[in-house]
Amino acid sequence: MRLSMLPRHEPTVRPAAWSGCLMLAAGLCFSTAPGAAQSGFTPGGDDDPRVGLAAGWHDAEEASWNMELLASQRRPDDFRNPETPGDGGFSNTDIGFQDDLVFVGNYHGFTVYDISDPKNPELRASVVCPGGQGDLSVFGDLVFISAQENRGRVDCGTQGTEGTVDPDRFRGVRVFDISDLDNPVQVAAVQTCRGSHTHTVVTDPSDPETIYIYNSGTSFVRSAEELEGCTDVRNPNDPTTSFWSIDVIRVPLAAPEQAHLIDSPRVFADEETGEIAALWPGGDHGEGTQSSRDTNQCHDITAYPEIGLAAGACSGNGILFDISTPAIPVRMNEVVDPNFAYWHSATFNNDGTKVIFTDEWGGGSAPRCLATDRPEWGANAIFDIVDGRMQLASYYKLPAPQTETENCVAHNGSLVPVPGRDIKVQAWYQGGISVFDFTDSENPYEIAFFDRGPLSETELFTGGFWSAYWYNGQIYGSEISRGLDVFELTPSEHLSENEIAAANLVRFSEFNPQHQPRNVWPPEMVVARAYYDQLLRHDGLLQDRAAVVATELDRIDGLPVGTEARAALAELATELWEDARRVDAGEEVGDAERIRTLAGALLDVATTMR
Amino acid sequence: MKAFSGHRVLPALLGVVALTACGSPSKAPSSAPPPPIDRMSEEGPEGYRYTDADVQFMQNMILHHAQALEMSRRAPGRTEREDILLLARRIERSQGDEIALMKRWLEARGEELPESGHHPHEHHGHHAAEREHGVELMAGMLTEAQLDQLAATEGPEFDRLFLQLMVYHHEGALDMVEELFSVGGRTAQDPELFQFASHVNSDQRIEITRMLEMLRAGER
Repeated sequence: MRLSMLPRHEPTVRPAAWSGCLMLAAGLCFSTAPGAAQSGFTPGGDDDPRVGLAAGWHDAEEASWNMELLASQRRPDDFRNPETPGDGGFSNTDIGFQDDLVFVGNYHGFTVYDISDPKNPELRASVVCPGGQGDLSVFGDLVFISAQENRGRVDCGTQGTEGTVDPDRFRGVRVFDISDLDNPVQVAAVQTCRGSHTHTVVTDPSDPETIYIYNSGTSFVRSAEELEGCTDVRNPNDPTTSFWSIDVIRVPLAAPEQAHLIDSPRVFADEETGEIAALWPGGDHGEGTQSSRDTNQCHDITAYPEIGLAAGACSGNGILFDISTPAIPVRMNEVVDPNFAYWHSATFNNDGTKVIFTDEWGGGSAPRCLATDRPEWGANAIFDIVDGRMQLASYYKLPAPQTETENCVAHNGSLVPVPGRDIKVQAWYQGGISVFDFTDSENPYEIAFFDRGPLSETELFTGGFWSAYWYNGQIYGSEISRGLDVFELTPSEHLSENEIAAANLVRFSEFNPQHQPRNVWPPEMVVARAYYDQLLRHDGLLQDRAAVVATELDRIDGLPVGTEARAALAELATELWEDARRVDAGEEVGDAERIRTLAGALLDVATTMR
Repeated sequence: MKAFSGHRVLPALLGVVALTACGSPSKAPSSAPPPPIDRMSEEGPEGYRYTDADVQFMQNMILHHAQALEMSRRAPGRTEREDILLLARRIERSQGDEIALMKRWLEARGEELPESGHHPHEHHGHHAAEREHGVELMAGMLTEAQLDQLAATEGPEFDRLFLQLMVYHHEGALDMVEELFSVGGRTAQDPELFQFASHVNSDQRIEITRMLEMLRAGER
């Protein structure tokens, strides 16, 4: 276990010794023996190193545990107001990834960084195109970006718009061609009635030539004089109302300029009665419960095309959609929650057997991680998916209390692809980044964190991490007012070196976290070793046997690739299967499932060894 | 008190209630022609433009919110309904946070905060306003007499009056947002102000719906 916390007064200097445990004047440093069960502090307790960090824009005090900051890049000059960290016109927002590039959305447009050296991200391109909130996806040669504000213009101009009807106004989903990254060109701009707050790329497994964009408009409905067909009537009995729907946009990849809205399905309707507003009507759930917003919109949708499901975080409900026909999302199951104010975003586990929803209580600009706030409010709710239905298992909230000047609530994250476990890294605005394990959906626990002090000790500026996502071995954090941060996880009693190495094997050439891909691990010894570490951590194998297996793993690692190694792997796997059988028969204690997982991984290595 | 039916068409945010018959409900197929993009503006970063109407909106809304807090603080001791106490606490918390946000917005732009103690009744301007006894009131603002009346009631009588007045007060906030968007000119261009006004619009609509339900519950 290592914990380091160090004040930084010189933001451009990044000492290489950060991973060490430094004792500095204002810093604290806890260190316990390797393998110690306790972390040396109580998350959320007075000794939590995230409590009491000094404030600053680019010189705030930092605390980290089991993760290391590799680099920080301030927003480029054109995307920041040097006068204040709190200028919301230049907030960094969501992220998309492609090859060695990270695309960072911003209320003012988007920026692109080259991350071929993650320790030194370099600004590669930037596009000024205001409209907020700049939620962004990258797919092939295309970048999609959301605009919802009154000031958004079709021509990306910064001069704003005028009045209630302005033909130059743009609120919807923009499509850029980035095949020449030095000259991105807006090739389409799909106007929608409520603009675009977030959007989600949805691929069609049976049609590689077409993708779909699910658009979540949450803003006001514009005038029909500005956009035909928009009906600003909040009446579910009016069949033309622009509330109570999502938008589906079809994008022919060969002709993206033809991207257009194909439907605004009534996904909240009662199938039998046809009532448009059939889900949560708004209000609380009884005495002492949270007041949940009414479900007339989705805030964000996470699609997992490979399993044919999408999870919609839709204001007052969490919804599972069948997206096997992407053009026609079909509601399968929905839940409400008495602790949720506003269903905000979702992440599936890799197997698609769990889904985490976040609750953006307070809207993101409010301090909702105070010591006095209830831990189930503004938190994650973790659901098991059983026979297509969601069952609440537990809540997880950032354990460390934040101050009155730190906006903080559950926000965007992604899976950390450690085989055999469900782990998520997540942004909590000025609450920082928290990495937690939810393999046991009823008992999630934190395994790493990073946090900075508030932007200001006296004022609440909206800031902190909008998104924190794992991509090809690193964690990328989009900091609203401080820029782009890059992190690495470091080994601890909660996460072994082998587990991190196995996670690093999962590589994507493109990643949009709301278009969730399946993580697949190649058959390599380090994957088996990760399973072995998990077996030990859970006391899943008798100590004697564990020692024998370790010795054999080392011996096999020393063998050249070939028949002997292959045979040894197969033999070890067979022995482990026998161990599992004995556990099942009650002849030994242990974790039969984990033993078989290890055996299977060893056989995979043997099978593919050439 | 404004007349209010179950599905009243609330003020259209843009001030134009779209009643046009339309064959494709809620669909707005429209692809704009590809325009050139403005790369790396040479103007350099600057705060987004705002107008006098924006400033006045924020100044007025601070006073408007402040009165909601004042009303909410009267609930403890006067009601026995837990749901009303909870509602009052929620309004105090959310609108208290929003007051701080509005003050930050004004201060960051070097604009004046409304004077504390400055009586909103005396506030003049072309904002959403009503005339009462010859004094211009911001929409939904209560008079001293109404506040006194609220303070003088308790029990079910307080519950009913509190909910009715708060609905009335919230409706006024919606009117102010509507006016901001429809007053003409380049209003609500600033991203923070836009977001804030949008939140007021959606949050207070929801609370109105909830309060109407609570009113009905009290009648049973």
